[in-house]
Amino acid sequence: MSNPNESTPNGSPSSSPAASSPVPSNPVPSNSTAGNSPSINSAAIPAPVADVVETLDAAAAPEIAVQLGLNLEEYENVVATQGRVPTLTELYIYSLMWSEHCSYKHSKKQLRRFSSEGEHVLQGPGENAGVISVGDGWAVAFKMESHNHPSAIEPFEGAATGVGGIIRDIFTMGARPIASLDSLRFGTLDKPRQRYLFDGAVAGIGAYGNCLGVPTIGGEVYFEEAYEGNCLINAMAIGLMREENLTRAVGSGPGNLVVLIGSSTGRDGIGGASVLASQEFDEAAENKRPAVQVGDPFEEKLLIEVCLELLKRGLFVALGDLGAAGLTSSASEMASRGGVGIDIDVRKVPQREDAMQAFEIMVSESQERMLAVVRPDDLSEVKEACERWGVAWAAIGTITDTGRFVVRDSELPAGSDIVADMPAEMLAESAPEYDPFMKRPAYLDEAQGFDLTTLKHPHGVEELNAAFLSVLASPNIASKAWIWRQYDHQVMNNTVVLPGSDAAVLRIGDTGRGEMSTRGIAASTDCNGRYCYLDPYTGAQIALAESARNLACTGAEPAAITDCLNFGNPEKPEVFWTFSEAVRGLADACKFYDIPVISGNVSFYNESFGHAIYPTPVVGIVGLVEDISCVATAAFKQAGDTIILVGETDDELGGSEYLKVVHGLVAGCPPALDLELEGDIQRVVRTAVRQRLVASAHDCSEGGIAVALAESCIAGGIGATVALDDNLPSASSLFSETQSRILVSVTDANVTAFLTLLAEAEVPYSVIGEVGGALLEIEDKLTVSLKDIAHLYNTTLEHQVLTH
Amino acid sequence: MTGVAGATVAVAATAATTAAGTTTTAAATAATTAAGTTTTTAATAAAAATAATNATNATNLHFGGVVFPGSNCEQDVVYALRFLGHEVSYVWHQDTDLAAYDAVVLPGGFSYGDYLRCGAVARFSPVMDAVSAYAHAGRPVIGICNGFQILTEAHLLPGALLRNFGLKFICESVPLRVEQSVCKWLDLAQGTVLRVPINHNEGNYFCDEATHERLEKNGQIVVRYCNPDGTRDAGGSAPNGAFDDIAGICNERGNVFGLMPHPERVCDGLAGPHATDGVPFFKVIASYVEEVRGA
Repeated sequence: MSNPNESTPNGSPSSSPAASSPVPSNPVPSNSTAGNSPSINSAAIPAPVADVVETLDAAAAPEIAVQLGLNLEEYENVVATQGRVPTLTELYIYSLMWSEHCSYKHSKKQLRRFSSEGEHVLQGPGENAGVISVGDGWAVAFKMESHNHPSAIEPFEGAATGVGGIIRDIFTMGARPIASLDSLRFGTLDKPRQRYLFDGAVAGIGAYGNCLGVPTIGGEVYFEEAYEGNCLINAMAIGLMREENLTRAVGSGPGNLVVLIGSSTGRDGIGGASVLASQEFDEAAENKRPAVQVGDPFEEKLLIEVCLELLKRGLFVALGDLGAAGLTSSASEMASRGGVGIDIDVRKVPQREDAMQAFEIMVSESQERMLAVVRPDDLSEVKEACERWGVAWAAIGTITDTGRFVVRDSELPAGSDIVADMPAEMLAESAPEYDPFMKRPAYLDEAQGFDLTTLKHPHGVEELNAAFLSVLASPNIASKAWIWRQYDHQVMNNTVVLPGSDAAVLRIGDTGRGEMSTRGIAASTDCNGRYCYLDPYTGAQIALAESARNLACTGAEPAAITDCLNFGNPEKPEVFWTFSEAVRGLADACKFYDIPVISGNVSFYNESFGHAIYPTPVVGIVGLVEDISCVATAAFKQAGDTIILVGETDDELGGSEYLKVVHGLVAGCPPALDLELEGDIQRVVRTAVRQRLVASAHDCSEGGIAVALAESCIAGGIGATVALDDNLPSASSLFSETQSRILVSVTDANVTAFLTLLAEAEVPYSVIGEVGGALLEIEDKLTVSLKDIAHLYNTTLEHQVLTH
Repeated sequence: MTGVAGATVAVAATAATTAAGTTTTAAATAATTAAGTTTTTAATAAAAATAATNATNATNLHFGGVVFPGSNCEQDVVYALRFLGHEVSYVWHQDTDLAAYDAVVLPGGFSYGDYLRCGAVARFSPVMDAVSAYAHAGRPVIGICNGFQILTEAHLLPGALLRNFGLKFICESVPLRVEQSVCKWLDLAQGTVLRVPINHNEGNYFCDEATHERLEKNGQIVVRYCNPDGTRDAGGSAPNGAFDDIAGICNERGNVFGLMPHPERVCDGLAGPHATDGVPFFKVIASYVEEVRGA
């Protein structure tokens, strides 16, 4: 789908005063969420092409509208827009285009806080994906999208088609997909269904990406009770192109042909956007299984090849993919962006099932289909390429100058074959826009106010060892190798830093054509939902800070982000407050660092049986690496290297993994974030990596410094001896999740230069120890054998999935 | 996808320039020590030196890289071969003339989606008759991963590749031990340990006892999975459960070689301490080509 965090219908940021002023946190309540839907200006609507034959019965139509997910007010808007009672096909089309999933009707206003301006930005929100320039004429397209609801019902196909969908968004822009990342959330693995969902989703992501030959280079996963009824599958894809090949899904040229390329159309996924993605789950969820699509990665691989070839040969005027709401959204958005009309005959669409009705063909979410606009003279060449690759194609309609989205069914008698005739722009861009009532959730006072000093914290090496081992063995902390071992993370021969470090690094280049460069990109996805639950504003800022910090550890400079904002039901004021706060936090932090938001996705209604997930605004970041020969990883490298903590630890156990694992608590305030200090620390470490001053660099976050040290030791296969003089209680010293800390190791020859750099940057730091030995030893606090912790760290996840 | 390699010279030249001033010995040492450092410069330089050496000293071959619909490692192998100084042309699965090529590569990927048994559809592609004839004429063929699966389906190599033990796709770097074999593609001392990535769901090699005996007797087992020190566990060291830890085999003449690991991913020194361990797999075939030409 192609409705990212767009600011206005054409994607340029709104300049209205409301866009920059924060929304009051407690506005005057309106008694309905449908507070300010647009009034219909009938003068602006282009005239219908012809009379339709069969409209719905005026008395029965509102009820059908409600069944399809529209409310009565929205139905009235449909009637006003059409100037009459709609046909069944029209009503289906409106219900999908105005569903939350396609129209962003609850989130649009909040999303205007994001800025998409930046020196690298070539394409902001409003297209299938955002695009940035990465130097030397190369451009990178990327976007993240959710596929939560389908995956909660059928994890393998749900996750697989999530990957397939986001990858189509990428090559639609003219870019060859070069990487994907996945941000996943499940319930805890002691529940059999959660193991089924987790195992299935990982297998689905692997099966699709591996078959396509697109490396899955990173991601993250958390297991929390809050996601038990509603897992999250957020897939991010990155593509690479030469800047001149940037393509947009803008229909143009009346008389040009509309060509459908790829799989035939069936009844799979009918109503996916409205039935699945825009409603909460309840007991009937299993019955929604037919609304989950089935993926065919082989077809998609062929589509990538044929589309990129035809784009490069200049034979497509426009290209768009068929995602949520299928042909309906793809065609109407293409027409709307180009200010033209489209006239389609559903009977020309290749169908894989018998007796499909017009509305079924229009709303089917069958996968692996693309919509192209082709000049009539070029059709024979398009046909030749499609046939050479064995990909089906069909000219299904034409671009018109009427501004109307017209659907015909040529099986009906001539003259009465029009089943839908709608103003394209109104359909795609004039969905209702809501300003839902919001209210600070009642749980926050109690959760934030919890007095952590009342807890009995472990004391002495023995108790602290035990606490450390249980934190390390939490599946949220332990190695994720069990997951990425199932993903091809090296195909395309460009992966410089493999999964398992702070951020993955890819070389920029086209191995197939031998056009390689010494530049690279780094990517990471991040969000701690627990922090966002305890304080959505700070939690969202930390998501951005941590993603940028992960880049800094590899030596990369943030260029832009995409986001996937996963929340509960926006019609609930307390849920919407968390959404608004998270967006405000993320937007403020992005502005502070001047990092544009170039694409994204909102997923609401992530609730089951009335319980919302943690607010989970996932950040997907892409940064630039100037020289791929000069990157750092988390692994300690050699005995004798000096370990330095850049930043300093405060007593911040609120929302920590330690608190959850050792005390069974999700409480307190998440760590504070000082944006300026965070920026300084990232800058100095990035500089040091680029000057080859550091041997390793690792983000110090969840699980505290104890876990960060353990991870650097395990990755490097070498121990460390450390003393922490932070004057904090032992548990806080080891497990506090204070932000703005990076754990660095430096060889003797570089210590002076590195310390000088830190002093000049005026950032806090402490020299805490030395790499070496077979133990991880933290003076007076912790002594564990490297062999033991490596075994625990590396086997926990597999053990929890397979042998529970 | 049918163009002829135009970038060969440019790539080799770049490599030579980059490597200027680096002696082979120093580069090799650098590659070893680069294992532990944060940068990959040294390893890259070493690889560039290798490429330069190949470009100037070794006979440059013209490889044909077969592309089936769904192949996805063809670009990788083409890149690696060009990096090593060879010329490569893509061969479309409907082409039937391989006469122009000194050697043929069947790359990895998922030919035809591999929804059926891996390689079961690809073996019926028009190009496979040509590959068969080419192989029977004693000319060199290498099948990597999906290419190996296709070679067994086409009966150019014995045995079959079953689903991995554990039923999971595996992508990781694994140690491989070079065996004493008649393989024309690899000429390294028996016991040499290389680290090469594997990347498959169906890499669990299987054959019957009689075939296995024949493979042993004829020296057709080329590489085996092993422990990092080259030893093998009594219970097997193959991550995928392969019979007798077999990772790659050749035919009796040694000209047809199939292996599950991906040497093309570790040729240019890009990432990690063993980033050039794939180079030997493409190195000595030139002398065999000379031999075949002479005969």
